[in-house]
Amino acid sequence: MTRTTELSRRTLLTTAAIGGAATIAMPGLLRAQAPAIKVGILQPVTGALAYDGQQGQIGAEAAIKAINEAGGIKSMGGAKLQMVFGDARSTPEGGTAEVERMQAEGVVAIVGGFASPICLAASQAAARYDLPYIVDVGVADSIVTRGLKNTFRFGPGFGTVTKTALDNLSKLNDAAGKPAKTVVLVHEDGLFGSGMAKLMQAELPKRGFEVLDTIAHPTPSRDMSNVALQIRAKNPDLVIPSSYYGEFALLARTMQQQRIKPKGIYAVLNGAASNFRFVKEFQDAAQFVMDCNHWHDPRKPVAEALRKQVEASGKFWTYNIPLNYSCVQLLADALETAGSGDKAKLTEALTASTFAGHIMPYGPTKFVNGQNEGGAPVNTQVQGADIKVIFPTDFADAKPIFPVPA
Amino acid sequence: MFAPDIILAAVLNGLMTGSVYALIALGLTLVYGVLHIINFAHGATLTAAMFAVYVAHTVFKLDPYIALFIVTPLFFGLGYGVQRFIIGPASHGEDRNILLVTLGLSILIENAMLAIFRSDTRSIDVAYAFSSIDLGFTFLALPRVLAFGVALLVALLLGLLLTRTDTGKAIRAVAREKTGAALAGIDVAHIYAVTFGLGAACVAIAACLLMPTFYVTPRAGNAFVLVAFTIVVLGGMGSIPGALLGALFIGVVESLCGLFFGESLGQIGIFLIFILVLLVRPTGLFGARA
Repeated sequence: MTRTTELSRRTLLTTAAIGGAATIAMPGLLRAQAPAIKVGILQPVTGALAYDGQQGQIGAEAAIKAINEAGGIKSMGGAKLQMVFGDARSTPEGGTAEVERMQAEGVVAIVGGFASPICLAASQAAARYDLPYIVDVGVADSIVTRGLKNTFRFGPGFGTVTKTALDNLSKLNDAAGKPAKTVVLVHEDGLFGSGMAKLMQAELPKRGFEVLDTIAHPTPSRDMSNVALQIRAKNPDLVIPSSYYGEFALLARTMQQQRIKPKGIYAVLNGAASNFRFVKEFQDAAQFVMDCNHWHDPRKPVAEALRKQVEASGKFWTYNIPLNYSCVQLLADALETAGSGDKAKLTEALTASTFAGHIMPYGPTKFVNGQNEGGAPVNTQVQGADIKVIFPTDFADAKPIFPVPA
Repeated sequence: MFAPDIILAAVLNGLMTGSVYALIALGLTLVYGVLHIINFAHGATLTAAMFAVYVAHTVFKLDPYIALFIVTPLFFGLGYGVQRFIIGPASHGEDRNILLVTLGLSILIENAMLAIFRSDTRSIDVAYAFSSIDLGFTFLALPRVLAFGVALLVALLLGLLLTRTDTGKAIRAVAREKTGAALAGIDVAHIYAVTFGLGAACVAIAACLLMPTFYVTPRAGNAFVLVAFTIVVLGGMGSIPGALLGALFIGVVESLCGLFFGESLGQIGIFLIFILVLLVRPTGLFGARA
């Protein structure tokens, strides 16, 4: 069926008259409006990773809103950012399909991806069009070691996070008079948890810790009683878990039921330990749990204001929000420098970026082979009803409580 | 090698996990025994029931054990309605149609839960979730001990209902000979719907017992239902004692295999036992001989 639109003489005259009157009434407005800049925001908002994707989307949207309200991209005549959203559906294929669509819709760059497999595939797809791609989370180091000129990771990768985690653990233990000597590792048996455990097994003994046991568990897990039993049998000073939210929440709860009280729970990139939902729903079990993860800079007023705004809307504050907020800010800064939506100029601006106006605990951005050398994780600890930053000490908003009170 | 007290603690944990498997498997085996269909929507029903308990707790401030008395009849009604007005009419008497309808329902329910609750992991915090019974060598979480007791009670009540009540006798009659039962004046469509309702009620009880210690996501039910399918076949399809004992057995096997071979390999034990039983006794432990 073909649909034709007929424009009557009367409609045409009326429209022209209204348009003319509006032009006379608001001449400044028409002249000032630069065309909107389309920005691709890619997140998995359906499927297994949907919660993380939804959180990332909150951060990106808030940044776009703030940038537009502050006058848009000034070097481009105050052009506003316009979000083109893509749902990666929690799969690399989904991410790739959305990159193709966004490219067809004319985006100048893409921000997001969340999971490593999605970031790997989506940035590769974007590379075919020389489309700048800013990775928000994706910790796999292979994302930035493939030599792709279009891919930039703002946050720290897996290697940096683990190294920082171990360094800080040593400092923490030394400062407390070395109360922890033995460790039990608990990890999910996928790529993330197994990789982490392998690295820990190799690195912990070098730093004076004895690994008593390494316990792998599947995701999802229906029951953590056996894991707790084994921890109880080994009676370690420290438990280091690397699991997703549900399993860690189950483990923390089961350990409490079983009255297992190590000197500390020190998580690395854990799905729950720096999540306010966990703190709210498991107040007792969450107490004093430490994590080494992405987190905002508590000294920055914009970060704290954003956190209050998110919490006032009834949502939980997670690291995805400030990371995506900062990534969009980074892109806006690069657009400001480039003064154009041209992909090559934008890539050049990102490569040379020294952006410092973000809300993360990083210094000015410095990309080396697409990795922001300034990106670093922090250590957090659940204290009361809050998650506090305990390391690095120069911007920590609380002192670590270690060993935890018996 | 583990100390005997750890092994004993693992056995007790297995029994308690198995009791929740039992409730889920009871519903599944009942529906299979009477309607002769495998209900693919069973896992999604469990998820929906867990969300119902979550809503009852967060919105209406109801304790999961109080919610049991509301969620269970509610899910019986829903199960009745779904069989009577959706599955029954859509099947046109063909088993394969029923399978596809239940599969479709499961996709529909999961996506509806995703749309309403999004994919966030949710749990409820009740004061007694951390209470444990001290046995000296181990602690048993109170909610899990309660789940064990309730599961045994439900299995007993279900057994009594099937053997001592008119509805139960009608269910058994329909299960054995549908046409004969219809000729004797039994409303087969009604009995089918009652059975489906009972299946849904069983998972609703399981949901109430799980929520004090477990979490819910739009796919949470699937973590349990594959095991439940295994238990139904292992115990003998359609057998109530088979589902109960099979579930407790599987719970212990899973727990011990997890302890000895690692958590990730715990489930291998389930399937090894399953294959072994099918090789030796194809009708399952309590199944009627063909």
